[in-house]
Formats: sequence, structure tokens, C-alpha cells
Amino acid sequence: MSISNSTIAAGDAPAASRRPSKVLSRRRRKIQSALVAYSFIAPNFLGFAVFTLGPILFAFVLAFMHWDGSNAITFAGLDNFWRLFEDKVFIAAFWNTIIYTVVSVPATLACALGLAILLNQKIFGRDFFRTAMFFPYVASLVAVAVVWNMIFNPEMGPVNMILYTLGLDPKDMPGWAADRHWAMVTVILFGIWKSMGYYMVVYLAGLQGINSELYEAADLDGANSWQKFIYVTVPQLAPTTFFVTVMLTIQSFKVFDQIYMITQGGPGTSTLVLVYHIYNEAFISWDLGYSSMIALVLFFLVLAVTVVQFRRQRED
Amino acid sequence: MKIAGHKITAKRVAIYATVIVITAVMLMPFAWMLSASLKLSRDVFVFPIEWIPSQPQWQNYVDIWTKIPLGLFIYNTSKLTIIVTLLQLLTSSFAAYAFAKLDFPYKNTLFLGYIATIAMPWQVYMVPQFLLMREFGLNNTHLALICLQAFTAFGVFLMRQFYMSIPTELCEAARIDGMNEYQIWARIMLPLSKPALSTLTIFTFVTTWNDFLGPMIYLTKTELKTIQIGLRMFISQYSAEYGLIMAASVVALIPVLIVFLSLQRFFVEGVASSGLKG
Repeated sequence: MSISNSTIAAGDAPAASRRPSKVLSRRRRKIQSALVAYSFIAPNFLGFAVFTLGPILFAFVLAFMHWDGSNAITFAGLDNFWRLFEDKVFIAAFWNTIIYTVVSVPATLACALGLAILLNQKIFGRDFFRTAMFFPYVASLVAVAVVWNMIFNPEMGPVNMILYTLGLDPKDMPGWAADRHWAMVTVILFGIWKSMGYYMVVYLAGLQGINSELYEAADLDGANSWQKFIYVTVPQLAPTTFFVTVMLTIQSFKVFDQIYMITQGGPGTSTLVLVYHIYNEAFISWDLGYSSMIALVLFFLVLAVTVVQFRRQRED
Repeated sequence: MKIAGHKITAKRVAIYATVIVITAVMLMPFAWMLSASLKLSRDVFVFPIEWIPSQPQWQNYVDIWTKIPLGLFIYNTSKLTIIVTLLQLLTSSFAAYAFAKLDFPYKNTLFLGYIATIAMPWQVYMVPQFLLMREFGLNNTHLALICLQAFTAFGVFLMRQFYMSIPTELCEAARIDGMNEYQIWARIMLPLSKPALSTLTIFTFVTTWNDFLGPMIYLTKTELKTIQIGLRMFISQYSAEYGLIMAASVVALIPVLIVFLSLQRFFVEGVASSGLKG
């Protein structure tokens, strides 16, 4: 933009000498309109630059420093980076984050799509059902997490009570959040329950965007419901599915609150995830440099997903 | 015909049954919460579940206000939520207008700054941000949380996408009529952008009201705490008072429920549209 403007101005130079006032006023108007534009942006951008952009840049610097928050900062070089490979807790946190993502993303996606197809049909009370499915997403996490813990309480909770009345041996009863083999399952189930309503709504929008003529054509070809789902719905929803996958993956990489409230990362390190480790290293151990290095790992995980998304969007 | 008619009814019944069962499972934790909030702590886990308590303990809803400063927590959270939401709406729609309808140097560079961070999890920079706030002396103030949540890339992006869909001719016509840019924003763009503003209101309201990690890092003084960390504190202090915990949880849910139900229609539209453009 600015290059083309300056060439025009240079070409106009002889004319400008003849009518200086007009060019001057045009220029002044341009500066004025730029100032007006900046005045629109400034309130948000200043806040954004100071409280978001600044800290992001600082995070990159801090990852290569040693700092406990009170004594002097010292340069650490790659110390924090090499430490990642020796830190058993980090390695556990990394894999737990990956496991959480690999299980919860497809599961949430499938549930959301199923719900959307179910609630895209003309049924009585459809709006009520949609609202009900969505509600866990907006509900206060602390409140629902404490209920979840009580419902899944291994000794007294109604879930295990129901399993018991169904005839499950108390010895084989899942220990849920208190059991190292079941803790991750408990947290993932909670995540699916909490967020699937949101993605259901995204899918509903996608379903409504499908041209109904495609289904009519499939009907003419004698396709059954399953064939229509596989050959019309799924391919038509591909952009939505892609978007949902990206969103869910980023959400899963940064999971923290629900784990803090349901399992505290335990038992042992069985549900400890990256953000939990960042939090502990920063606010419990006050090892700010190392904490920022773990944050960079999270950053690059998210960046990888974003780059894939960007490439894909370009192809479309 | 009859067979076909019969088939359709069977399918309908199956659909309704599935929907009802799923909805029941989805809402079961809330029903259990409500039911437990009216029980004595020792009756909460009685099985089979007594969904409607025979002797509802309304006293639970009285006791929670004295056991913890629940009223103060709600006041703190409401104050934060309202300020953040207003600031977010005002500054985002203001900035978005310039990005969507005005031309100025470095427009794309500045916008790229927003886009580049939109997917960046807050958890990546929460530690340096905390250090910065501490440097500013904002630790243990509500102002820290306001600064942290009021200026988001998401808000600017959402509003800009919406403004892009409003015909530029409208602005040009208004300019010819002698309106300046601020008037165009206030009298033309704002009234037209109600759906986007509602979406942003709900998103901001819900995230701020439910935020946990932010207040947990910044607010250590009891008198500053929000409902989420206050509730959490209550849970760890009175971990065996199940009835009271559930009553407090119900109270914490109510404001979000009200906002959600009253703006629900916009919410669904908003998620759908911003989701697809995202």
C-alpha cells in the first residue's frame, strides 16, 4: 500500500508544484485519517501489546535464563532445554498430554457429531435438548468438578453403586480419580462431557450448510441412511471436522483446570500434564526459567497444529 | 403403506429414546447437585439415590452465606466480569472498526499481531505476565485480572469478521452525510452488530465468571477472591460438608445459567458463525 502511494505522489510532483495547497491538504487529510484509525485501535492494542505481546516475547527470553523471581537473573544458555530430557516428571507430563489429546479429541468429535445429527432432525423440544447438551460447557468448572468427584467417588459414589447393583465385583470396581489406571479415564470422560455440547453446535451449523439437493440426489440413487451419511454428510462436513479437530487439539494441549480439581495430577504422575508442570515449576518451585522452557514446548506443540491448519486452509 | 408408516414410528421412538437418555446423562450431575444441596451431609451418598429429599434442608442455603463470605465472592466476581465484559466489547469493537473499514499504514502488520496470538494458549505466557504484573505492583489486585482479560485477540477478530460483512457503502454514505468516523461507529456499526456483540458478551462473561487459574495465581487475599477460588477454598476447608458444598455450587452456577438462558439464541448463532469462520 505505502509503496504504491509514494509512486503516485512522485508522479504527481509537477502538478503538485502548481497546486501545492491541494496536495498539502490531501496529505494532511491522509495523516488525519490515519490518526483517526489509530485512535480506534489504540485502546485495545495498547492493552494487548503490554499484557499479551510483551509477556510472550519475555517468555522466549526467560526460557534461556535462570531466575527464582527475587535474586538476579543469570543467563542459562541451553541448560533448561537439556534439563527437559532428564526431567522424568516433564517426560511423564509430555506423554500424558499426548495421551489425553489422542483419546479425547476423536472421542469428543464423535460424540459431538453424533449429537448434532441426532438434534438436526425435526423433533419435539429440539431447542430444549440442544440447550441441555450445551449447558455443561458454560457451567462453572469448580462446581461441576466437585460433583463429578462425588459421583465418581470409589467407595460411596452413585456410579460405583450402580455398577455394584449391576453385579460388578467390588474387587474389580474402578477406583476412578484415586486409581492410577483409571484417573486419566475419569479426567477424559469429564472433558468429553463438558465440551461436546459446544462442538455439537459447531457441527449443527455445518450440517445446516449442506445443500439438501445432495440428499435428494442420493435418494434418487437409492442410497440408504448409512450410505448418505458416509458419502454425503461426512465429506460435506470435512471443513467443519477439520476446524473442530484443530480447536479440540489446542484445547487438549492446554488442559489444566479440570485436572487440578479432579486428580491434582495424581495418583503419582498419572494425570500430570504440561500446564500442570509449568504451574508447579513456576509457582511452587519458583524456577521461572525452566517453567518458561516447558511453556515453549507447549508453544511449539500448538504452533505445529496451527501451521497444519494454515497449510490446509491455503489448499482449500 | 402401513408397514412404512409403522417403520417411521419405530424410528421416531428410537430417536426420542436416545435423545432423552443422553440428555438425562448430561444433566444428571446437575440434578444430583441440586438434590444433594438439600440434604444433610450424611444422607448425600445414600443409595438408592433419593432424588427429591423427603426433608429438604433449606438451611444449607442459609448456612453457606455465613460459613464463607459467599456474598463478597459473588460481588467480586460480578464486578470483575462486568468491567472486563464492558471493556472487551468497547475496545474490541472500536479496534475492529478500524481494521474492517479504515485504511492506514501498518494495518496488516498490526492485525497479524492479533492473528499470530489468537491460538496461543494463555498458559504459555502466564508466568512472564505474572512477573510483569508483579513489577507493576498489580499482584493481589482486581486490576491485574481486568488487564489480563479485557484485551483479547479473539474479541478483535470476532468483531472484525462481523464488520467485514457489513457493506462499506453504508459507511461511505454516512461520510457523505457528514458523519465522522466515531459517529459512524456509534450510530451505524454498533446497532448493526448486535449478534456479534451478544456472542462476545456471552463468551467474555462465561470465561471471566468461570476463570480459575487466573484468580488462583493473582488473588491470595480472601477478601479479593472470586466465586470460583472462593468455592474451591470452601471445598478444601469443609471437605466433608457435602450438602453445603453442593448448595454453594448451585449458587455459583445460577448467574451463568441466567445469562446463558437469556442470551442462548445468540449464543448458538454466535458459536456457529464464529466457529466456521475461525
